[in-house]
Amino acid sequence: MYEWMVTARHYEERLQEEYLEGKQPAFDISAGPIPGELHLAAGQEAAAAGVCAHLRDSDTVTAPHRPHHVAIAKGVDLKRMTAEIFGRRTGLSKGKGGHMHLFDPAVNFAASGIIAEGCPPAVGAALASKKRGEDSVAVAYLGDGAISQGGFLESLNLASVHELPVLFVIEDNDWAISMPKERVSDVKNGAQRADGFGLPGVRVDHDDACAVYEAAAKAVGRARDGNGPTLLEVQVHRRMGHFMGDAEAYRPDADTERAKQRDSIERMERTLQNAGIDAIDEIRERSHARVEEAIEWAKEQPEPEPEEAYEDVFTNPPPGWHPDPEPTPAESAGGDD
Amino acid sequence: MSDSETAPERELTMSRAIVDAIASEMRANDDVFVMGEDVADYGGIFDSTEGLLEEFGREKIMDVPISETGFIGAAVGAAQVGMRPIAELMFADFFGVGMDQIYNQMAKNTYMSGSGVRVPMVLMTAVGGTYNDAAQHSQTLYGTFAHLPGMKVVVPSTAADAKGLMHAAIRDDDPVVYMFHKRLMGIGWMPAPDGPKTPVSDEDYTIEFGNADIKRRGDDVTVVTLGLHVHRALEAANDLDGEIDTEVIDLRTLVPLDTETVLESVRKTGRLVVVDEDYHSFGVSGEIVARAAEGGLDDLSAVRRVTMPDTPIPYARPLEQEVNPGADDIADAIRGVTE
Ligand SMILES: Cc1ncc(C[n+]2csc(CCOP(=O)(O)OP(=O)(O)O)c2C)c(N)n1
Repeated sequence: MYEWMVTARHYEERLQEEYLEGKQPAFDISAGPIPGELHLAAGQEAAAAGVCAHLRDSDTVTAPHRPHHVAIAKGVDLKRMTAEIFGRRTGLSKGKGGHMHLFDPAVNFAASGIIAEGCPPAVGAALASKKRGEDSVAVAYLGDGAISQGGFLESLNLASVHELPVLFVIEDNDWAISMPKERVSDVKNGAQRADGFGLPGVRVDHDDACAVYEAAAKAVGRARDGNGPTLLEVQVHRRMGHFMGDAEAYRPDADTERAKQRDSIERMERTLQNAGIDAIDEIRERSHARVEEAIEWAKEQPEPEPEEAYEDVFTNPPPGWHPDPEPTPAESAGGDD
Repeated sequence: MSDSETAPERELTMSRAIVDAIASEMRANDDVFVMGEDVADYGGIFDSTEGLLEEFGREKIMDVPISETGFIGAAVGAAQVGMRPIAELMFADFFGVGMDQIYNQMAKNTYMSGSGVRVPMVLMTAVGGTYNDAAQHSQTLYGTFAHLPGMKVVVPSTAADAKGLMHAAIRDDDPVVYMFHKRLMGIGWMPAPDGPKTPVSDEDYTIEFGNADIKRRGDDVTVVTLGLHVHRALEAANDLDGEIDTEVIDLRTLVPLDTETVLESVRKTGRLVVVDEDYHSFGVSGEIVARAAEGGLDDLSAVRRVTMPDTPIPYARPLEQEVNPGADDIADAIRGVTE
């Protein structure tokens, strides 16, 4: 778990550096080697590691718009994920998806940029598992801001009435862009949402990966054993702006400071040290090397050719169909012939 | 604009012009209020409500939970009992999450009630790509909203238009979908092209819906477009200056659509190019061509469409640039119809 966490943290630190390249002096979102929005999950690693530690490749995970830490813990191909973020042809989605839309079918991982909309597909994967008599489970990640969204609430209900093997994991980082948690909902904790739907709601009150691991063990076990869904909420800390370039004018400095002090990675290091495990440096070095390798590899990859934009719209394109049809010759527009 | 000559002029970004109009309408009418995600402390992700919280407070500039069905529907309900809400859907792409409230309630209740209820609200939303945010955050969807009857659809391309159209939208007794292009807003982190920042009168003024604006006069080719692509079309037309004399029409509103201005121009030039950042099929470009054909077939010698192809919008830069029409694509099409 520690290795996934430091890999995710270091990965995002490096992405941040790469992202800022070319975007200064006046921040321009479309400039530099990584364009578009970039949402980093620094401070949220424990929620990814503690849950994914129980998962197999055959289990499904749907990640939210802040997906890297979950992807790393689920075993998404780091090189191809990085190539995707750099918009390269050998990226997970051939450069079509980008950082918010990572898909790695090899480990049943998918992400979405639309809030809470990963929940229904996770329920679908769980439904398939149940119908086929398999013991695989599905996990849908969402943020504390997403707990008001219809797609999430409908998913809770559907999963509950059909006793589906699915786990909903709320990463409670106190913020939804500029909205503090207490102004999003009148329930104190997102886990209380479970009460209205007849499934267990569990909250882990600090981002200790070991505590998350234990809570997730029960929930995943319950799902695998055919006993239905669980809603698990994990307290995490948003160390950065909502997206890169967010000046966070709405956020008190003290809050950002507090988030940085409560660091799940440092907490995990203390746990390891107390247990007499001194592999920390070695793990750090190994994960840094892996991150460097992925980034170097990704940067060497070719960009897609422009025409590749027209591929992949359908699995089975209708004969003669093209997304950019040839214009009808202008001469015949008068219809005289 | 004639009345802007009388008032002291300031150059405003499009976002400032929008805020200016909303603030002025709120001062004049207690029933006007704003609700949306991150509209208060953040001032709108695209600065569309920047600074309003300070003057009007949280009761009037309401941050709402991420629940598009809930808050857009609540705007419909408040409008039906006589208020004038402005609801912001952060990106037009998120329409799916609240679409029932938009097209089955907001758009249809006037008709289904036999005008028993009115829905005087504005649904304000950001559209467009050009910054590599991929398929769920880059669509324009002009056609989707204009296709469904019952909503007026407004697309400003300059600050002066943005203000006048917003005043008109808020005062309108029908639901208005107000779609602003992110790239035109003049926000710090997304540089705008030259063009959208214009002098804007301090005074209130409205721009009547259904009046396309001829942004450039010419005799050889008519280019019909809207939003960001007004500026790209102007760039193409200027590049071709001396070679081809291009007229550029900015539609400004899709519902109602100013067919007459398009037809008059096509009768003069005989050649039509439609530029649209929305998908190629079943959309604005097809509609304009159809109206030109219905009303001016005898005058038409050539037609071209420059659009987004029917693909979801890709992330990688070479891919997005391929599908999103640039000034050079427009210039090619203008040349194409004169061959
Ligand atoms: C349906 C929908 N509405 C709004 C947004 C814009 N948006 C993106 S992230 C976000 C905040 C999400 O907050 P939360 O769920 O707490 O996750 P966090 O960003 O804190 O990880 C919003 C409003 C969106 N992507 N999709």
